[in-house]
Amino acid sequence: MSDHVIDEPTEAPETPAIETLPLDAWHRDRGARMVEFAGYHMPIQYDGIMAEHLWVRESAGLFDVSHMGQLRIEGEGADAALEALLPGDIKGLGTNRIRYSLLLAEDGGILDDLMVTRLPGGDLYVVVNGATKYEDLGYLREHLPDDITINHMDEHALVAVQGPKAVDAVERLVPGVADLVFMTAGAFAWNGVALWVSRSGYTGEDGYEISVPADAVQGFADALANQPEVKPIGLGARDSLRLEAGLPLYGHDLDPETTPVAADLGFALSKRRREEGGFMGAERILGEREHGSALKRVGLIVEGRQPVREGASVVDASGETIGRVTSGGFAPSVGQPIAMAYVPAALAVPGTNLSLSQRGKLHQAQIVPMPFVAHRYIRRGASK
Amino acid sequence: MSRHYTSDHEWIDVDGDGATVGITDYAQGQLGDIVFVEVPDEGREVAKGGEAAVVESVKAASDVYAPVSGTVTQGNPALVDDPSLVNSDPEGEGWFFKLRLTHPSELEGLMDEAAYKEFVSGL
Repeated sequence: MSDHVIDEPTEAPETPAIETLPLDAWHRDRGARMVEFAGYHMPIQYDGIMAEHLWVRESAGLFDVSHMGQLRIEGEGADAALEALLPGDIKGLGTNRIRYSLLLAEDGGILDDLMVTRLPGGDLYVVVNGATKYEDLGYLREHLPDDITINHMDEHALVAVQGPKAVDAVERLVPGVADLVFMTAGAFAWNGVALWVSRSGYTGEDGYEISVPADAVQGFADALANQPEVKPIGLGARDSLRLEAGLPLYGHDLDPETTPVAADLGFALSKRRREEGGFMGAERILGEREHGSALKRVGLIVEGRQPVREGASVVDASGETIGRVTSGGFAPSVGQPIAMAYVPAALAVPGTNLSLSQRGKLHQAQIVPMPFVAHRYIRRGASK
Repeated sequence: MSRHYTSDHEWIDVDGDGATVGITDYAQGQLGDIVFVEVPDEGREVAKGGEAAVVESVKAASDVYAPVSGTVTQGNPALVDDPSLVNSDPEGEGWFFKLRLTHPSELEGLMDEAAYKEFVSGL
């Protein structure tokens, strides 16, 4: 038998082609292994996930996250309009402040997780996941009033510099960014190129996410990668870093079947919004907040060395499936396998022992508090 | 002693009716950092093309198949403590298991080194 892939003529024009992002050649020149992710060719790794992961934890990694959607939402009352879809306090968001929030379906299910920033002048800058950005755009256009405009900033690339030495490297190129604190942002410039710099990220480390015009991003990426602290890092390590940081990944730990309460994202329900309601699925979500949800997202340390991955079942003593693993892998900084799972809320207590079933084999695991690796965000003042 | 290769990227060194099995350097490179290996127990019967071991990298789990049928005489105990041997020495210290061949004629369908190199260069 041959295992040749047969090249059939493409007769389904609706099948989207895999697209190329502005830094595609830049990654290939640096030896990245590229994979298809969210409709784009993306770097999965350069030197190896383990080395890249550990490098970020001790120095600084440069991530290309240009596949993510950058939106600018403009118009009088854009904040109030967005509050109909999100459970966060957007009206109370100060200028240059960032908030993590959730795009909710009418039944309270999670359509995406996102970051909202109040820009000077009042418009909102929203970063959404790459895999969901076109659905998000359609949903926002359908539900926001006509006088609120949504600009998809697809002429902008997005890079993240993450790790304890990110501040040293980025401050050298873009003076002033060291004065930002976690979840704040501002306008800066590099070589005459306008940048929007957010002190945020999704690795648990200090760092920045930087929006750059696509035609300038190669030069900027070169300048960053030339800093002694910085190495380019692939999506593989981004995934293991965010898992260790206890951060859920949309499409894996979050999806339309999960609610903010089940996902243990109660902090994303701002106090005023909890009191006032008035967002998609508010009745269900506030009810769950009061009385609990059936399932809850927890962190697990897995005994032994073998990783237990997404799709494995959580089983009770009689072998009945009672939950599911939504992310899992070997945690390089922890030195053993870890996972996230949804389990019955009554069991979602640190110290609880559980069995996980994967490919016919049972693994023992224990619920532990998340994050698995402490966050190192810079919450106030400069870092030095 | 002779070495053969499969299109699933296993290698097998044959010496009389005994053999040693591992995965190729190409395979370990594709898998990336290996964090766990499950090798078969002594005495287990494996069939040509059947699942014989599991190798897990940071990002994925993969099965390792028996290149030929036989009885396992030893799993490599070193891989339990140090799975990264598969990355550092895949075609030496990072071997997976030894077996006693039950159908030596099955070796005839496998590739030699030159054929495997050509196969890999076409991937």
